[in-house]
Amino acid sequence: MNTTDKEQAPGDIEALMPWHAAGTLSRRDARRVEDALARDPELARRYALVREELTETIHLNETLGAPSAGVMEALFAKIDAEPKRRAAPSLNLGARISEFFASLSPRTLAWSASAAALAILLQAGLITGVVLNEQNGNRDFLPASAPATAPNEGAFALIRFAPQATSADVTTFLEANKLSLAGGPAPGGLYRVRIAAGKLDKDELDRRIRALQADKTVDFIATTQ
Amino acid sequence: MQTTSDEVLIARIAGGDRLAMQVLFARHHVRVYRFVLRLVRNEATAEDLISEVFLDVWRQAGRFEGRSAVSTWMLSIARFKALSALRRRSDDELDEETAEQIEDQADDPETALAKKDKGAVLRECLTKLSAEHREVIDLVYYHEKSVEEVAEITGIPEATVKTRMFYARKKMSELLKEQGVDRGWP
Repeated sequence: MNTTDKEQAPGDIEALMPWHAAGTLSRRDARRVEDALARDPELARRYALVREELTETIHLNETLGAPSAGVMEALFAKIDAEPKRRAAPSLNLGARISEFFASLSPRTLAWSASAAALAILLQAGLITGVVLNEQNGNRDFLPASAPATAPNEGAFALIRFAPQATSADVTTFLEANKLSLAGGPAPGGLYRVRIAAGKLDKDELDRRIRALQADKTVDFIATTQ
Repeated sequence: MQTTSDEVLIARIAGGDRLAMQVLFARHHVRVYRFVLRLVRNEATAEDLISEVFLDVWRQAGRFEGRSAVSTWMLSIARFKALSALRRRSDDELDEETAEQIEDQADDPETALAKKDKGAVLRECLTKLSAEHREVIDLVYYHEKSVEEVAEITGIPEATVKTRMFYARKKMSELLKEQGVDRGWP
Protein backbone atom coordinates (compact mmCIF):
# COMPACT_ATOMS: atom_id res chain seq x y z
CA MET A 1 0.00 0.00 0.00
CA ASN A 2 1.49 3.35 -0.95
CA THR A 3 1.30 6.58 0.99
CA THR A 4 -1.68 7.88 -0.95
CA ASP A 5 -3.63 4.72 -0.20
CA LYS A 6 -2.83 5.05 3.48
CA GLU A 7 -4.14 8.59 3.48
CA GLN A 8 -7.31 7.87 1.53
CA ALA A 9 -8.30 4.43 2.73
CA PRO A 10 -9.63 5.34 6.21
CA GLY A 11 -11.91 8.04 4.80
CA ASP A 12 -13.20 5.73 2.14
CA ILE A 13 -13.84 2.94 4.60
CA GLU A 14 -15.46 5.28 7.09
CA ALA A 15 -17.82 6.50 4.38
CA LEU A 16 -18.92 2.93 3.72
CA MET A 17 -19.54 1.95 7.34
CA PRO A 18 -23.25 2.93 7.42
CA TRP A 19 -23.95 0.65 4.47
CA HIS A 20 -21.90 -2.10 6.02
CA ALA A 21 -23.96 -1.87 9.19
CA ALA A 22 -27.15 -2.00 7.12
CA GLY A 23 -25.88 -4.98 5.15
CA THR A 24 -26.19 -3.33 1.76
CA LEU A 25 -22.57 -3.33 0.61
CA SER A 26 -21.24 -5.56 -2.12
CA ARG A 27 -19.29 -8.56 -0.90
CA ARG A 28 -16.05 -6.95 -2.01
CA ASP A 29 -16.67 -3.69 -0.16
CA ALA A 30 -17.96 -5.53 2.90
CA ARG A 31 -14.72 -7.50 3.02
CA ARG A 32 -12.71 -4.27 2.77
CA VAL A 33 -14.62 -2.77 5.68
CA GLU A 34 -14.30 -5.91 7.79
CA ASP A 35 -10.56 -6.08 7.17
CA ALA A 36 -10.16 -2.41 8.13
CA LEU A 37 -12.26 -2.86 11.27
CA ALA A 38 -10.13 -5.81 12.31
CA ARG A 39 -6.95 -3.77 11.87
CA ASP A 40 -8.01 -0.43 13.32
CA PRO A 41 -9.47 -0.23 16.86
CA GLU A 42 -10.42 3.44 16.45
CA LEU A 43 -12.37 2.62 13.30
CA ALA A 44 -14.04 -0.24 15.16
CA ARG A 45 -15.07 2.18 17.91
CA ARG A 46 -16.60 4.52 15.33
CA TYR A 47 -18.37 1.58 13.74
CA ALA A 48 -20.06 0.97 17.08
CA LEU A 49 -21.44 4.53 16.81
CA VAL A 50 -22.79 3.73 13.36
CA ARG A 51 -24.57 0.68 14.76
CA GLU A 52 -26.10 2.84 17.49
CA GLU A 53 -27.38 5.27 14.88
CA LEU A 54 -28.84 2.44 12.85
CA THR A 55 -30.64 0.99 15.87
CA GLU A 56 -32.13 4.32 16.88
CA THR A 57 -33.11 5.25 13.31
CA ILE A 58 -35.09 2.01 13.06
CA HIS A 59 -36.58 2.65 16.50
CA LEU A 60 -37.61 6.16 15.52
CA ASN A 61 -39.21 5.06 12.26
CA GLU A 62 -41.05 2.22 13.95
CA THR A 63 -42.65 4.71 16.34
CA LEU A 64 -44.16 6.58 13.42
CA GLY A 65 -47.08 4.21 13.23
CA ALA A 66 -48.94 3.22 10.12
CA PRO A 67 -51.52 4.84 7.89
CA SER A 68 -55.18 4.26 8.59
CA ALA A 69 -57.18 1.56 6.84
CA GLY A 70 -59.02 4.28 4.97
CA VAL A 71 -55.97 4.84 2.78
CA MET A 72 -56.37 1.47 1.11
CA GLU A 73 -60.09 2.03 0.61
CA ALA A 74 -59.45 5.45 -0.93
CA LEU A 75 -56.76 4.03 -3.18
CA PHE A 76 -58.93 1.23 -4.52
CA ALA A 77 -61.85 3.57 -5.03
CA LYS A 78 -59.55 5.60 -7.27
CA ILE A 79 -58.30 2.48 -9.01
CA ASP A 80 -61.86 1.31 -9.64
CA ALA A 81 -62.59 4.69 -11.19
CA GLU A 82 -59.70 4.28 -13.61
CA PRO A 83 -60.52 3.22 -17.16
CA LYS A 84 -60.28 -0.52 -17.77
CA ARG A 85 -57.13 -1.46 -19.56
CA ARG A 86 -56.21 -4.41 -21.69
CA ALA A 87 -53.69 -6.82 -20.30
CA ALA A 88 -50.27 -6.59 -21.89
CA PRO A 89 -49.67 -10.14 -23.13
CA SER A 90 -45.90 -9.91 -23.29
CA LEU A 91 -45.67 -8.60 -19.76
CA ASN A 92 -48.03 -11.19 -18.43
CA LEU A 93 -46.14 -13.92 -20.19
CA GLY A 94 -42.87 -12.70 -18.73
CA ALA A 95 -44.43 -12.42 -15.32
CA ARG A 96 -45.73 -15.95 -15.44
CA ILE A 97 -42.42 -17.38 -16.53
CA SER A 98 -40.72 -15.32 -13.85
CA GLU A 99 -43.19 -16.48 -11.24
CA PHE A 100 -42.73 -20.06 -12.30
CA PHE A 101 -38.99 -19.98 -11.86
CA ALA A 102 -39.16 -17.85 -8.72
CA SER A 103 -41.13 -20.65 -7.13
CA LEU A 104 -38.50 -23.24 -7.93
CA SER A 105 -35.65 -21.91 -5.87
CA PRO A 106 -35.20 -19.62 -2.90
CA ARG A 107 -33.00 -17.40 -5.01
CA THR A 108 -34.54 -14.24 -6.27
CA LEU A 109 -34.46 -14.39 -10.02
CA ALA A 110 -34.32 -11.09 -11.81
CA TRP A 111 -36.19 -10.26 -14.98
CA SER A 112 -33.12 -10.95 -17.03
CA ALA A 113 -32.78 -14.41 -15.52
CA SER A 114 -36.41 -15.10 -16.28
CA ALA A 115 -35.96 -14.01 -19.85
CA ALA A 116 -32.87 -16.21 -20.13
CA ALA A 117 -34.78 -19.12 -18.67
CA LEU A 118 -37.54 -18.55 -21.17
CA ALA A 119 -34.99 -18.57 -23.97
CA ILE A 120 -33.55 -21.85 -22.71
CA LEU A 121 -36.99 -23.39 -22.59
CA LEU A 122 -37.77 -22.26 -26.07
CA GLN A 123 -34.43 -23.36 -27.45
CA ALA A 124 -34.73 -26.76 -25.89
CA GLY A 125 -37.94 -27.21 -27.74
CA LEU A 126 -39.56 -28.21 -24.51
CA ILE A 127 -42.25 -25.64 -24.79
CA THR A 128 -42.70 -24.78 -28.41
CA GLY A 129 -44.86 -21.88 -27.54
CA VAL A 130 -46.78 -20.56 -24.62
CA VAL A 131 -50.17 -19.10 -25.18
CA LEU A 132 -51.70 -16.93 -22.58
CA ASN A 133 -55.41 -17.14 -23.03
CA GLU A 134 -56.34 -13.72 -21.80
CA GLN A 135 -59.58 -13.60 -23.74
CA ASN A 136 -61.31 -16.32 -21.74
CA GLY A 137 -59.63 -15.43 -18.50
CA ASN A 138 -57.61 -18.64 -18.32
CA ARG A 139 -54.61 -17.85 -16.12
CA ASP A 140 -52.70 -21.08 -16.79
CA PHE A 141 -49.81 -21.76 -19.09
CA LEU A 142 -50.96 -23.69 -22.12
CA PRO A 143 -48.46 -25.48 -24.31
CA ALA A 144 -48.97 -24.38 -27.90
CA SER A 145 -48.97 -28.01 -28.94
CA ALA A 146 -52.10 -28.63 -26.90
CA PRO A 147 -55.29 -27.69 -28.71
CA ALA A 148 -56.80 -24.73 -26.92
CA THR A 149 -60.25 -26.24 -27.24
CA ALA A 150 -59.28 -29.48 -25.49
CA PRO A 151 -56.86 -28.55 -22.75
CA ASN A 152 -57.70 -31.58 -20.65
CA GLU A 153 -56.73 -34.29 -23.10
CA GLY A 154 -53.92 -36.53 -21.97
CA ALA A 155 -52.58 -37.75 -18.64
CA PHE A 156 -51.67 -35.21 -15.98
CA ALA A 157 -49.91 -34.98 -12.66
CA LEU A 158 -49.55 -32.35 -9.98
CA ILE A 159 -45.93 -31.68 -9.18
CA ARG A 160 -43.96 -29.59 -6.71
CA PHE A 161 -40.29 -29.18 -7.47
CA ALA A 162 -37.61 -29.52 -4.81
CA PRO A 163 -36.74 -26.14 -3.25
CA GLN A 164 -33.10 -26.51 -4.22
CA ALA A 165 -33.88 -27.30 -7.85
CA THR A 166 -32.61 -24.67 -10.23
CA SER A 167 -34.30 -23.63 -13.46
CA ALA A 168 -31.69 -25.66 -15.36
CA ASP A 169 -32.53 -28.75 -13.25
CA VAL A 170 -36.21 -28.33 -13.98
CA THR A 171 -35.64 -27.75 -17.68
CA THR A 172 -33.54 -30.90 -17.90
CA PHE A 173 -36.05 -32.91 -15.89
CA LEU A 174 -39.03 -31.82 -18.01
CA GLU A 175 -37.15 -32.43 -21.22
CA ALA A 176 -35.80 -35.82 -20.21
CA ASN A 177 -39.24 -37.01 -19.23
CA LYS A 178 -41.11 -35.39 -22.11
CA LEU A 179 -43.33 -33.40 -19.77
CA SER A 180 -45.00 -30.10 -20.49
CA LEU A 181 -46.42 -27.51 -18.15
CA ALA A 182 -50.19 -27.30 -18.28
CA GLY A 183 -50.96 -25.02 -15.36
CA GLY A 184 -49.93 -23.46 -12.10
CA PRO A 185 -48.59 -22.47 -9.82
CA ALA A 186 -51.42 -23.45 -7.47
CA PRO A 187 -51.29 -22.92 -3.70
CA GLY A 188 -48.45 -24.97 -2.28
CA GLY A 189 -46.28 -24.36 -5.34
CA LEU A 190 -47.97 -27.11 -7.32
CA TYR A 191 -47.84 -27.24 -11.10
CA ARG A 192 -49.98 -29.31 -13.43
CA VAL A 193 -47.88 -31.16 -15.96
CA ARG A 194 -48.93 -33.25 -18.91
CA ILE A 195 -47.10 -36.56 -18.77
CA ALA A 196 -48.65 -38.13 -21.86
CA ALA A 197 -50.61 -36.85 -24.82
CA GLY A 198 -53.22 -39.62 -24.46
CA LYS A 199 -54.88 -41.38 -21.57
CA LEU A 200 -52.76 -43.97 -19.72
CA ASP A 201 -54.11 -47.01 -17.92
CA LYS A 202 -53.75 -46.98 -14.16
CA ASP A 203 -50.74 -49.30 -13.98
CA GLU A 204 -48.83 -47.35 -16.57
CA LEU A 205 -49.74 -44.08 -14.91
CA ASP A 206 -48.59 -45.38 -11.50
CA ARG A 207 -45.36 -46.61 -13.01
CA ARG A 208 -44.65 -43.21 -14.59
CA ILE A 209 -45.43 -41.39 -11.36
CA ARG A 210 -43.14 -43.64 -9.31
CA ALA A 211 -40.35 -43.12 -11.81
CA LEU A 212 -40.77 -39.36 -11.72
CA GLN A 213 -40.98 -39.34 -7.91
CA ALA A 214 -37.52 -40.90 -7.77
CA ASP A 215 -35.97 -37.87 -9.46
CA LYS A 216 -34.22 -35.50 -7.03
CA THR A 217 -35.81 -32.55 -8.82
CA VAL A 218 -39.23 -33.65 -7.57
CA ASP A 219 -40.44 -32.86 -4.09
CA PHE A 220 -43.99 -34.15 -4.54
CA ILE A 221 -45.98 -35.66 -7.39
CA ALA A 222 -49.45 -37.17 -7.68
CA THR A 223 -51.85 -37.98 -10.47
CA THR A 224 -54.62 -35.56 -11.29
CA GLN A 225 -57.40 -35.18 -13.79
CA MET B 1 -42.79 -20.45 1.90
CA GLN B 2 -42.08 -18.65 -1.35
CA THR B 3 -43.54 -15.21 -1.88
CA THR B 4 -44.27 -13.64 -5.20
CA SER B 5 -41.55 -11.17 -6.10
CA ASP B 6 -42.32 -7.47 -6.39
CA GLU B 7 -41.34 -7.62 -10.06
CA VAL B 8 -43.93 -10.31 -10.73
CA LEU B 9 -46.55 -8.27 -8.89
CA ILE B 10 -45.73 -5.21 -10.98
CA ALA B 11 -46.11 -7.22 -14.19
CA ARG B 12 -49.48 -8.46 -12.99
CA ILE B 13 -50.51 -4.94 -12.04
CA ALA B 14 -49.56 -3.83 -15.55
CA GLY B 15 -52.11 -6.35 -16.74
CA GLY B 16 -54.78 -4.87 -14.48
CA ASP B 17 -54.56 -7.42 -11.64
CA ARG B 18 -56.22 -5.74 -8.65
CA LEU B 19 -55.23 -8.52 -6.26
CA ALA B 20 -51.56 -8.05 -7.11
CA MET B 21 -52.01 -4.37 -6.29
CA GLN B 22 -53.43 -5.28 -2.89
CA VAL B 23 -50.46 -7.54 -2.18
CA LEU B 24 -47.95 -4.90 -3.21
CA PHE B 25 -49.75 -2.29 -1.14
CA ALA B 26 -49.84 -4.53 1.92
CA ARG B 27 -46.16 -5.27 1.52
CA HIS B 28 -44.87 -1.70 1.17
CA HIS B 29 -47.38 0.89 2.28
CA VAL B 30 -46.14 1.27 5.85
CA ARG B 31 -42.54 1.93 4.85
CA VAL B 32 -43.55 4.30 2.07
CA TYR B 33 -45.83 6.11 4.54
CA ARG B 34 -43.03 6.48 7.09
CA PHE B 35 -40.63 7.75 4.45
CA VAL B 36 -43.16 10.35 3.31
CA LEU B 37 -44.15 11.26 6.86
CA ARG B 38 -40.54 11.99 7.79
CA LEU B 39 -40.40 14.40 4.86
CA VAL B 40 -43.75 16.17 5.13
CA ARG B 41 -44.27 15.82 8.92
CA ASN B 42 -48.02 15.69 8.62
CA GLU B 43 -49.95 12.44 8.94
CA ALA B 44 -52.96 13.47 6.85
CA THR B 45 -50.72 14.75 4.06
CA ALA B 46 -48.62 11.58 4.23
CA GLU B 47 -51.74 9.42 3.91
CA ASP B 48 -52.94 11.40 0.90
CA LEU B 49 -49.53 11.14 -0.69
CA ILE B 50 -49.13 7.38 -0.34
CA SER B 51 -52.52 6.94 -1.97
CA GLU B 52 -51.17 9.03 -4.87
CA VAL B 53 -47.92 7.05 -4.92
CA PHE B 54 -49.69 3.71 -5.25
CA LEU B 55 -52.10 5.11 -7.80
CA ASP B 56 -49.06 6.10 -9.86
CA VAL B 57 -47.71 2.58 -9.43
CA TRP B 58 -51.01 1.23 -10.77
CA ARG B 59 -50.89 3.59 -13.74
CA GLN B 60 -47.19 3.27 -14.56
CA ALA B 61 -46.61 -0.42 -13.84
CA GLY B 62 -46.46 -1.16 -17.57
CA ARG B 63 -43.56 1.22 -17.93
CA PHE B 64 -41.52 -0.23 -15.07
CA GLU B 65 -38.37 -1.64 -16.67
CA GLY B 66 -36.92 -3.49 -13.71
CA ARG B 67 -33.66 -1.54 -13.71
CA SER B 68 -34.06 -0.93 -9.99
CA ALA B 69 -35.86 -2.65 -7.16
CA VAL B 70 -39.59 -1.98 -7.02
CA SER B 71 -39.21 -0.47 -3.52
CA THR B 72 -36.56 1.93 -4.84
CA TRP B 73 -38.85 2.95 -7.69
CA MET B 74 -41.73 3.55 -5.27
CA LEU B 75 -39.57 5.61 -2.91
CA SER B 76 -38.49 7.74 -5.87
CA ILE B 77 -42.14 8.42 -6.70
CA ALA B 78 -42.89 9.08 -3.03
CA ARG B 79 -40.03 11.52 -2.70
CA PHE B 80 -41.10 13.44 -5.78
CA LYS B 81 -44.65 13.70 -4.49
CA ALA B 82 -43.56 14.68 -0.99
CA LEU B 83 -41.31 17.46 -2.27
CA SER B 84 -44.07 18.65 -4.61
CA ALA B 85 -46.49 18.75 -1.67
CA LEU B 86 -43.99 20.71 0.41
CA ARG B 87 -43.67 23.23 -2.40
CA ARG B 88 -47.44 23.58 -2.58
CA ARG B 89 -47.81 24.39 1.08
CA SER B 90 -48.98 27.93 1.40
CA ASP B 91 -46.89 28.50 4.48
CA ASP B 92 -43.79 27.15 2.85
CA GLU B 93 -42.92 29.12 -0.21
CA LEU B 94 -39.23 28.39 -0.02
CA ASP B 95 -37.58 26.62 -2.86
CA GLU B 96 -36.67 23.01 -2.31
CA GLU B 97 -32.98 23.61 -1.89
CA THR B 98 -33.52 26.22 0.77
CA ALA B 99 -36.16 24.17 2.51
CA GLU B 100 -33.84 21.22 2.71
CA GLN B 101 -31.16 23.25 4.42
CA ILE B 102 -33.41 24.34 7.24
CA GLU B 103 -33.09 22.41 10.42
CA ASP B 104 -36.25 21.96 12.37
CA GLN B 105 -35.56 22.88 15.97
CA ALA B 106 -39.15 22.59 17.12
CA ASP B 107 -40.34 19.64 19.11
CA ASP B 108 -42.80 17.43 17.28
CA PRO B 109 -44.66 14.16 18.00
CA GLU B 110 -41.53 12.16 17.29
CA THR B 111 -39.65 14.11 19.91
CA ALA B 112 -42.51 13.84 22.36
CA LEU B 113 -42.15 10.07 22.19
CA ALA B 114 -38.54 10.20 23.13
CA LYS B 115 -37.42 9.50 26.66
CA LYS B 116 -34.26 10.91 28.04
CA ASP B 117 -31.90 7.99 27.84
CA LYS B 118 -28.99 8.01 25.41
CA GLY B 119 -31.01 6.30 22.70
CA ALA B 120 -33.80 8.80 23.19
CA VAL B 121 -31.39 11.71 22.89
CA LEU B 122 -30.03 10.20 19.70
CA ARG B 123 -33.55 9.83 18.33
CA GLU B 124 -34.33 13.40 19.27
CA CYS B 125 -31.25 14.53 17.36
CA LEU B 126 -32.38 12.50 14.36
CA THR B 127 -35.57 14.55 14.27
CA LYS B 128 -33.59 17.79 14.36
CA LEU B 129 -31.50 17.08 11.29
CA SER B 130 -32.20 18.96 8.08
CA ALA B 131 -34.58 17.31 5.62
CA GLU B 132 -31.82 16.15 3.32
CA HIS B 133 -29.79 14.68 6.18
CA ARG B 134 -32.87 12.97 7.65
CA GLU B 135 -33.69 11.56 4.27
CA VAL B 136 -30.30 10.02 3.58
CA ILE B 137 -30.08 8.53 7.06
CA ASP B 138 -33.56 7.00 6.77
CA LEU B 139 -32.86 5.59 3.33
CA VAL B 140 -29.62 3.97 4.43
CA TYR B 141 -30.50 2.76 7.92
CA TYR B 142 -34.25 2.14 7.78
CA HIS B 143 -35.04 1.51 4.13
CA GLU B 144 -31.80 -0.47 3.64
CA LYS B 145 -30.91 1.20 0.39
CA SER B 146 -27.47 0.83 -1.17
CA VAL B 147 -25.33 3.78 -2.26
CA GLU B 148 -26.55 3.29 -5.84
CA GLU B 149 -30.20 3.11 -4.79
CA VAL B 150 -29.99 6.24 -2.63
CA ALA B 151 -28.40 8.01 -5.60
CA GLU B 152 -31.28 6.92 -7.80
CA ILE B 153 -33.97 7.97 -5.33
CA THR B 154 -32.46 11.35 -4.52
CA GLY B 155 -31.08 12.08 -7.97
CA ILE B 156 -27.57 12.88 -6.79
CA PRO B 157 -24.23 11.23 -7.67
CA GLU B 158 -23.09 8.24 -5.63
CA ALA B 159 -20.05 10.13 -4.32
CA THR B 160 -22.38 12.85 -3.07
CA VAL B 161 -24.54 10.24 -1.35
CA LYS B 162 -21.54 9.05 0.66
CA THR B 163 -20.51 12.61 1.48
CA ARG B 164 -24.04 13.59 2.48
CA MET B 165 -24.32 10.57 4.74
CA PHE B 166 -20.98 11.40 6.33
CA TYR B 167 -22.00 14.98 7.01
CA ALA B 168 -25.41 13.92 8.27
CA ARG B 169 -23.70 11.69 10.81
CA LYS B 170 -21.25 14.44 11.68
CA LYS B 171 -24.12 16.86 12.24
CA MET B 172 -25.81 14.32 14.46
CA SER B 173 -22.67 14.07 16.58
CA GLU B 174 -22.67 17.84 16.95
CA LEU B 175 -26.32 17.84 17.99
CA LEU B 176 -25.57 15.09 20.49
CA LYS B 177 -22.71 17.10 21.92
CA GLU B 178 -25.06 20.04 22.43
CA GLN B 179 -27.26 17.65 24.41
CA GLY B 180 -24.31 16.60 26.56
CA VAL B 181 -23.46 13.37 24.76
CA ASP B 182 -19.87 13.43 23.49
CA ARG B 183 -19.22 10.51 21.19
CA GLY B 184 -15.57 11.41 20.62
CA TRP B 185 -16.25 11.78 16.91
CA PRO B 186 -15.64 13.64 14.71
